[in-house]
This record gives sequence, structure tokens and C-alpha cells, in this order.
Amino acid sequence: MRIFGYRIPMMASLLVWLVIWEFIGQFELVLLFPPFTEVLSALGDVTTSHSFAGAMQVTATSYVGGLLLAIAVGIPMGFLMGLVPAADKMLNMWVNTFLSAPLSALVPVFMILFGLGTPTVIVTVFMFAVWIIVLDTRAGVLGITPSLLEMSYSFKASKAERLKIILLASLPEILAGLRLGMIRGVKGVVIGQLLVSIIGVGALFQLYQQNFQMAHFWALIVILFTIALTLAGIVGRIEKRIEYYAGARN
Amino acid sequence: MTTATVTKYEGNLDAIQPKNPIIEVDGISKIYNGDVHALDNIKLNFETGHLTSLLGPSGCGKTTLLKIIAGLLKPTAGEIRVKGKAVSGPGRERAFVFQDFALMPWASVIDNVAFGLKMHGMNKAERNEKARHYINEVGLTGFEDKYPHELSGGMRQRVGLGRALAVDADVLLMDEPFSAVDEQTRRKFQEDLIRLREIEKKTFIFVTHSIEEAVYVSDRIIMLSPRPGRISQIIDPDIPKDVSPDDLRRNEAYLNTVEEIWHVIKKYVE
Amino acid sequence: MSLINKAETDLANARLDRKGLMTRVSEMTLLWKVMSLVIFASAWEIAGRSGFNFSFPAFTETVAAFFEMVVDGSMGSAYLKTMEALVVGLIISLVVGISSGVAMGLRRDVEWITLPVFIVMQAAPMAALIPLVTFVYGIGLTSKVIAVVMLAMPVIAINSYKAVRNVSPSMVSMCHSFMGSRRQQIIQIILPASSSMMFAGLRLGIAEGFSGAVLAELLITPTGIGDLITYHRSVANFAHMYATIASIVIFAIVTVGSLQWVENILFRPETRSS
Repeated sequence: MRIFGYRIPMMASLLVWLVIWEFIGQFELVLLFPPFTEVLSALGDVTTSHSFAGAMQVTATSYVGGLLLAIAVGIPMGFLMGLVPAADKMLNMWVNTFLSAPLSALVPVFMILFGLGTPTVIVTVFMFAVWIIVLDTRAGVLGITPSLLEMSYSFKASKAERLKIILLASLPEILAGLRLGMIRGVKGVVIGQLLVSIIGVGALFQLYQQNFQMAHFWALIVILFTIALTLAGIVGRIEKRIEYYAGARN
Repeated sequence: MTTATVTKYEGNLDAIQPKNPIIEVDGISKIYNGDVHALDNIKLNFETGHLTSLLGPSGCGKTTLLKIIAGLLKPTAGEIRVKGKAVSGPGRERAFVFQDFALMPWASVIDNVAFGLKMHGMNKAERNEKARHYINEVGLTGFEDKYPHELSGGMRQRVGLGRALAVDADVLLMDEPFSAVDEQTRRKFQEDLIRLREIEKKTFIFVTHSIEEAVYVSDRIIMLSPRPGRISQIIDPDIPKDVSPDDLRRNEAYLNTVEEIWHVIKKYVE
Repeated sequence: MSLINKAETDLANARLDRKGLMTRVSEMTLLWKVMSLVIFASAWEIAGRSGFNFSFPAFTETVAAFFEMVVDGSMGSAYLKTMEALVVGLIISLVVGISSGVAMGLRRDVEWITLPVFIVMQAAPMAALIPLVTFVYGIGLTSKVIAVVMLAMPVIAINSYKAVRNVSPSMVSMCHSFMGSRRQQIIQIILPASSSMMFAGLRLGIAEGFSGAVLAELLITPTGIGDLITYHRSVANFAHMYATIASIVIFAIVTVGSLQWVENILFRPETRSS
């Protein structure tokens, strides 16, 4: 997009939208959107409030916990499916099932099994994130050119060394899966807390809703959205740094 | 100028098989899925210090045979002996050069070349020094810290070659090593290979589907016929060594040998 | 390592017509799938009967509860109610999503202004907006439809956009070289060429739509499926609750799965997106 010959980056259009938001809010055109400036000022209120710190802690703990679990289970499972055809045939069905299933429907089950607290949210994050990690890891492993493995075998590399080569060769796909897993994980941590509703940001949202504090509600949403996008951006950066060798694979 | 010697394989091993072989292929067969005979009872010896080519049309089993010798594939029947001892997997005395280079894209040139040495347990300082020597020998001095994606196809194959040379194997097994580069680079490689042979004094076993290439570089050409994979002819191109590379490509003996071989292969291509 | 064997078998498979019995058996994916399901059901049954959690019903109990609800009609009417929001939401998502996606793909200025919004919508946890929507639009069908649209539309739009962008420029040039107008280029080349990838996006969008419909039920107010779930939970009919949840999950998977099947048939393999 060019104005007067100057190239404007795409994300700058978001600023235009913020202006539009302000406009809509000030003139009360759509009830859903209070003026953006109100939301900005509510930000201060929200972040300094007593319950915010607690809510963020719950969110952070469950998110990190669930995600680490997803990585610890997902990457090895992806490896297993990529290297052992029998495992692939058995598990492929489940991975694809859970990828397209409405996982939110399973949260009531988690609530019964794990109680109305952080464990349920951790499990939710895990279930949201793990499947794409498995799928992409598997794709990475399957995509390795056989000659690279033959080469390591021909130089009598140990099993550990060969595993290391498999890991490095499929790293671009693994990181892509990780990025998508992290995004899904954020959705999971929010949905989990919304459904459990008495903890973390779920409780905060309830509070703002009950007190008709729309600007505060939006402020919390903006915070969550920013966190989600920043995380995605960070992993995206890491992906870019190893991108150089993704193309040189034969 | 002498003409080439064309010897027909007729089951009489002794007359033409080397007396001092470094590699013995003894009755190797490879059968896939019960009825595809990729290789059928191959009996062959490779002379120490010679460059032998395996030549033939697609599907004749030459790459299969090379990989069995390398220990990368298991034969259905038969045995491979290296310096008299039977082998069943890869070994330090055999090094493989791959058609698609098989470089680790995340590692620098020097780390790639030193890889074999690393697998053999050499410490970092020693192996890097050795790697540098071979990087020099394949003509990549100055590129030690570059990555594969920064190199051309020809340069990448040199890295593969350097890696195979660095481990001081007795036998170098090369699987159509020059087929993935352009024609000019390929010719240069062939000339370099001949020069390398003089310096390194190793045994080379070379798979190619280019007749010109086989005749140009080899001391002996083993021709394989497909379905089932068998030895059809053995040819010793006796091309004079004192001719310059450019002149050699126009040498009558060379051209005649190429023509002869083409006639043999033509049958299988039609 | 099996990848080495894979190279070996690829070499072999490349030139044979008949495969041995063992190869054919191990390739019967249907067999593996059935086995997998049997193992899953058995594990569920054992876990349920073990009584490790009083609220975890056995597999057979759950299946029985499911049929009970089908027979007494509660399952059917629940689905109809939930489908209202889902279908309306999906139709809106498809129409708006595909048209904006195509518009973004065709015009750089539309892309500049609209794409970042969709990118944000796809990456961010849109579910957080559902309570807010309820706040403003009440607990009726409107909010639920909005919930479905919020989750389904971004992925449909972005996939349609990518599909259009992915059309080979040389094909468009070809049309141009034969004096095709811009309109013809769009209708004759771009839309058909992008259809397979767009269909894939549609499939993803529908999966998200189901998620939105379920979330709407659970977060806004339970009618239909959500009602069944919360009711049975409140009277501790856990088998019925599990049966309902399993049914919606299976329904979603089957729908998306049949779309995949349609996709494979409609679009020739060489133009199929992965």
C-alpha cells in the first residue's frame, strides 16, 4: 500500500481500525464498542487491580504447564508416528479426530474429572495444543530425505547421534507446530477459564460483566490478545532464524 | 594409441577377476517382495587402487549393489568381504558419496566435512584440522564457515566428497555423484576425480549411467543388465593416460569404446 | 531405522505390481482404524468399571444412555436447536468470509486494510469476546450466531485469500494473452484454480463453527445440546452427559470428515491441497 509513494506496512492498517473504533465508540454507533480511549484508560485500572495479578498468575501457570506437557507428549509422539509405521496407522486417526473436534465440548468432562480449578485449565491447554504439535512433528520427520539418514548410518553414527540429526532436520516443521500449538494454547487457556468461570481471567470477566464495566472487559481482552500475538510473533522470529536451512534440504 | 579391451563375462571368473581384491562380492542376490530380482547371484572382485564403474540402464541394480557393498542395504543372499573379512554393515574402511549430497543443512562446511571424523570419535581440534586439509584438497578453501544453502550444487558435492575423503577409508563408493550438477561442473569433476586418484591412492567404485563418464574415468567398467540384475559385460578401457583431458574426449579409442558400449546398452533401453 | 527401510521399500515399490500378503495386510488402514477404536472402547469400559472416579461412566453405559436419548426424542430436538445457530452462523461466515477473502486476494488495497484484522482474529482467543457479545446482544440466537461467525469467519477468509494468491500467475497471463478480460480471468481461471484450497478452508471453518456453537451453548445460555449437557450434569446422569458430549464431538468429526471425502472426490488429486 502506497500513499504519495511511501510504502506503508500492512500492520499499520490496524491503527486505522483503532481510529475507526474510537469514532464508533464516541458516537455510540455500535454498542459493542466503547471508545478506544476509554479502553486505554481502563487498562491502567485493570492492570493495577488486586485480582489482576492473581488472574494473570493462574493464566500463566496453566498456560505454561499445559504447553510444556503438550511439548513433552507431542514431540515424542510425532517422532513415534514418523518413524514407526504401525504407530502411525493406529494414532493417525486420533490425531486428526482431535484436530477437527470441538474441543470446548470436552471441557465439562475435564471439569468433572479434574475439578473446578487450575488442573482443568492445564488439561484444556494441553488438549488444545498437543495435536497440532504431533501432526507437524510427524510431518517434519516424514519429510526428511532418506539420504541424510543413510549418510549418518554410513559413517557409523550412534543411535543418539542419528536421533539428533532427525531432530535438527525436522526442526523447521516442529517450530511451526509449536507456534500453532502456542496460539491454540492461548485459546485453550481462555476457554478453560471462561468455562470454569470461578478462577483466573474467567472470574475477572465475570466481575466486569456483572458490573457492566465494558471498557474494563475490553481492556482485559486487549491484554490477552496482545499476549497471544506477541507469543506467536516470538516463535515466528525463531522460526525465521532457522528458515535458512529449510530451503537447502534436498 | 591402443584400443580398449572388451572382455565378455562368461562365468570364467579367474581370467579377469583381480588376484588382489580389496572387495569381494560373493554370490550377492537381492530380491524384493518375493519376485523382483534386483540382483541375481553377482560374483565380482574389485582390485585395490583401481577405479571401477558400475554402468547400466535404469533398474539394472547398480545403485542397489553399491549400497549393499557399502552396508547400507542387506542382501537376500551372498556375502561381501572387505580385505578378506565378511562385513554386514557400514565400516570405517568404506566411505559413501551421495547423489543428492546428503549434507546437514544446519551445519557449516567444516562441520559437515568433519562429520565422519566426529562419528569416529576424533576430538574437535584434530578433526577440524583434518577437515581443513580436505576442504583445501577439494578446492573449497575459504568456504569453511559457509552453509550449504550458500553454496552451488557443485560446491555442495565437493563438501560431500571432502567428507568421504577425510575419514581415510580404503574404498570410496560414489553413487552417481556428478549427476545432480550441470554439464560444465560435471566435466570438471571428472577431471578432478582422475587427479584425485593419483594423489589419494584409494579404491573407487563408481555408479553412473553416463557411458562417456564411465569410459573417461574408469580402469574397469562393469556393465549390468536389468531384470534380473546380472553382469552382462566387463570392459577395461585402455585409454592412454598421457593425453590431455580435452584431447582425450576426442581420442579415437575413447570414442570407439563409448560407441561399443552404447550398442550393448541400447538393447535394454528399447 | 525404519526410514532407511522406507528408502529400500520405495525403491522396490517403484518397480513392482504385486505386493506380498504381509504388505497388503499391514496397509489395510481400515483394519488399523477398527483395531484402534476397539482398544479405545475397551480402555474406556475398563476405566469406567474400575470406579476410579464416581462420575466416569463405562463405555457401554454411555452408549445405552445415548440410545435412550435418541429414542425419547431429546437428542433430536437438542440438535435441531443447536443447529439453528450453527447453520445461520456458518452461512454468514461462508458468504462474508469467501467474498472478503477473494477481494483481499484480488486487490492489494483491500488486502492492506482487511487482512491484518483477520490475522488478529485468527490468532487471538476470540472466545473471550463471547461474554461481551452476550452483554450487548442478550442471550438469544443473535449472540450465538455472532459467536459462530467470530470463530469460523477468520479462517475461511484467510484461506480464501491464500487460495486466490496461490493461483499461478502464468495461468492468469495465459488467459490475458488470449485476450481474456479481467472479469474472465477471475471467473475462468482464478476462481476454479483456487477452489480446492478454498474448500479446505471451508472445512476448517466448519470445524471452528462447531466449536463456536458449543461454546455459545456453554457460555451464553444452554439450549439444545448445551441444555442436555448441563441438565444431566446437574442431576448426576453422567452417562447421559458424556453421551451428549461424545455425540456432538462425533457429529462434528463426521461432518468435517465427509467434507474431506467430498473434497477428495471433487478435486482431482493433482490440484488437491494437502
